[in-house]
Amino acid sequence: MSVLRSPVEADSPPGCGCGRHASLSGHGNATGGEEAFARGLVEATLLQALFPGAAQRRRFLKAVGPGTALAALATLLPIGALASIAAEKGPLEKKELNVGFLPITCATPIIVAGAGDFFAKEGLDVTLRKTAGWAVVRDKTLSREFDASHMLSPMPLAITMGAGSTATPMVMPVMENINGNGITLHLKHRDNRDPSKWKGMKFAIPFDYSMHNFLLRHYLAAHGIDPDSDVQLRVMAPPDMVANLKSGNIDGFIVAEPFNQRAVYEDVGFLHALTSEIWDGHPCCGFAATEDFALGNPNTLAALVRALMRATQFAHKAQNRKDVAQLIAPANYLNQPVTVVEQVLTGHFADGLGKVRDVPNRIDFDPFPWQSMAVWMLSQMKRWGYVKGDIKYQDIAEKVFLATDARKQMLELGLDAPTSNYRRHLIAGVEFDSARTDDYLRTLAIRRI
Amino acid sequence: MLRKDSIKAIALSLLLFAVLVGLWHAATVPSKPLATSAPDAEYAALMGKAEEKSNGFPSPSKVGQAFVHYLSDPFYDRGPNDKGIGIQLGYSLGRVALGFLLAVVVAVPLGFIVGMSPLMYRALDPFIQILKPISPLAWMPIALYTLRDSSVSGVFVIFICSLWPMLINTAFGVAGVRTDWINVARTLEVTPLRKALQVILPAAAPTILTGMRISMGIAWLVIIAAEMLVGSTGIGYFVWNEWNNLALPNVIVAVTLIGIVGMLLDLAFGRLQKLVTYAE
Repeated sequence: MSVLRSPVEADSPPGCGCGRHASLSGHGNATGGEEAFARGLVEATLLQALFPGAAQRRRFLKAVGPGTALAALATLLPIGALASIAAEKGPLEKKELNVGFLPITCATPIIVAGAGDFFAKEGLDVTLRKTAGWAVVRDKTLSREFDASHMLSPMPLAITMGAGSTATPMVMPVMENINGNGITLHLKHRDNRDPSKWKGMKFAIPFDYSMHNFLLRHYLAAHGIDPDSDVQLRVMAPPDMVANLKSGNIDGFIVAEPFNQRAVYEDVGFLHALTSEIWDGHPCCGFAATEDFALGNPNTLAALVRALMRATQFAHKAQNRKDVAQLIAPANYLNQPVTVVEQVLTGHFADGLGKVRDVPNRIDFDPFPWQSMAVWMLSQMKRWGYVKGDIKYQDIAEKVFLATDARKQMLELGLDAPTSNYRRHLIAGVEFDSARTDDYLRTLAIRRI
Repeated sequence: MLRKDSIKAIALSLLLFAVLVGLWHAATVPSKPLATSAPDAEYAALMGKAEEKSNGFPSPSKVGQAFVHYLSDPFYDRGPNDKGIGIQLGYSLGRVALGFLLAVVVAVPLGFIVGMSPLMYRALDPFIQILKPISPLAWMPIALYTLRDSSVSGVFVIFICSLWPMLINTAFGVAGVRTDWINVARTLEVTPLRKALQVILPAAAPTILTGMRISMGIAWLVIIAAEMLVGSTGIGYFVWNEWNNLALPNVIVAVTLIGIVGMLLDLAFGRLQKLVTYAE
């Protein structure tokens, strides 16, 4: 660090971008090695370019605080992946890639990008690896067996913070799907539709750090049911959920499609609610990689993201949905009956209670990783005690959800992109403003803090 | 006389099989689904009522169809996540062979040392006794975390679970060689290496082979579970993938093939055992 004066080192109080270390070099030592150094270098260069005079720079830093200064800079310019902007059309660092996915409709953009040659058009040779569960996805990504992978969108946030994992900085450059999940109940509960009467019931969830878990908890709590003491929540693999529902071991589950529709198809359960009825447009799965990979292979990552954005756009269009269902249903990918996948993707489906419903946005595909969504996920991790103490919501959200990069790439591909990284969300009828997250948490009656 | 007996045994086996399949068929005769819940045709189509769906345990004819389907084309390759059942069995056998050979390389020499020296036997005994009963799958998370590679972890788990039966049997066999023979060797002033290879090894070989046979049985049990957990190839992955589709007939095909391969492996080691057995 001696060659380069850190932008904040000269001032008191000294601090690093993440606010956890005494100095930038301390941050570098703690987060490890060269990429942190490179990050510091980019930050320092940026600050010096913005404020050429040393006195001016110090005044600015003193006025707003060094952590805020760097965070503000990061929203203007994505420091984390600046290199990818600098050399976007540069040569690919790595062409043969292993990308993990789980056989659920959330993985549609990844599968379409692979099977539909979107990756190949970027010059990438991507092998899609079907994986047995989220814990395995996490482990294989951290062990570098996967270069990048399909993940539940809260996972990169949790892994970055070291919640349920060894702390490893992650990035999520692109979201895959919004909506596309449901709460399924056993047929014996067909007249038991009021959640406030669900005390004592058993539900399956796919993973602790999942939107499914957070949404179900939020939904139950909004109806006065404490998800920790009034009901049982068990982590389970999706096919096990259908089998357990059949045998009556559980009363219901919340999971990604097509397993809700599959339970209907198997005459086991019915669709109590689609998650779009709890939060319309809620995030679900994303495409994530370690920060190491992103910094070491910026051109490759940019190419992956371009391919995924094109595939997402393709899957988004209603007229393509039937073709997409045909493409992703075979054994190589989802290994599900085509009609089940098609009902999910077209939103024209049997609800398990004898009705045919039409919900075109039952699942949709939108690549933009809203940082306000990340803040909500972090707030729920805090709410339910997954993460102790104060969380710097926006710092982590901005470090992991690369919204600014995504906007730039979407515009370059000619897609409509939002102009802001934050917006307000309507969740279970209550507006969530990520700038006032702790106020929001205080209004929630059932919480562990 | 003997031939007549074996014909009788085969006939009885076939009869038992036929009775079993008959009972199975009787128990899984498809019952008409209740059509009252879904009167309208579109709903019925979305529920897949037009197609034949197995509800509950599949019937023997379903499983038979699945057998024909998979065995008629066992070596197809449609991408990294969809390969023929023959290829998947090959992957599993490869992993088992590698882990098993590594275990042989470690367990047999170590077993010799332990068996030939009562001191070493007592010194190593506590370690062996503690490590032996650990379920191989309990090693899986530890292996995954430290080795950071799922295929290496799979091989490691095979290695660690094959090790103990071989080690214990080798040590037991070596320690149990008749003292007369050792004494003769000593009288003739045979070098230790020659004593090990020409006196002890042939004498202990049947016991060592028994250990290997037990180990191979365990290894074949374990690989399925390990592949279901982490594999993207192998017969264990095949089972998981078909379970993910709730396709029980295909799972039964895989389970049966696993049994047959396990039996063949056991038979092969049985033959080997006979080859090295000597009459006193």
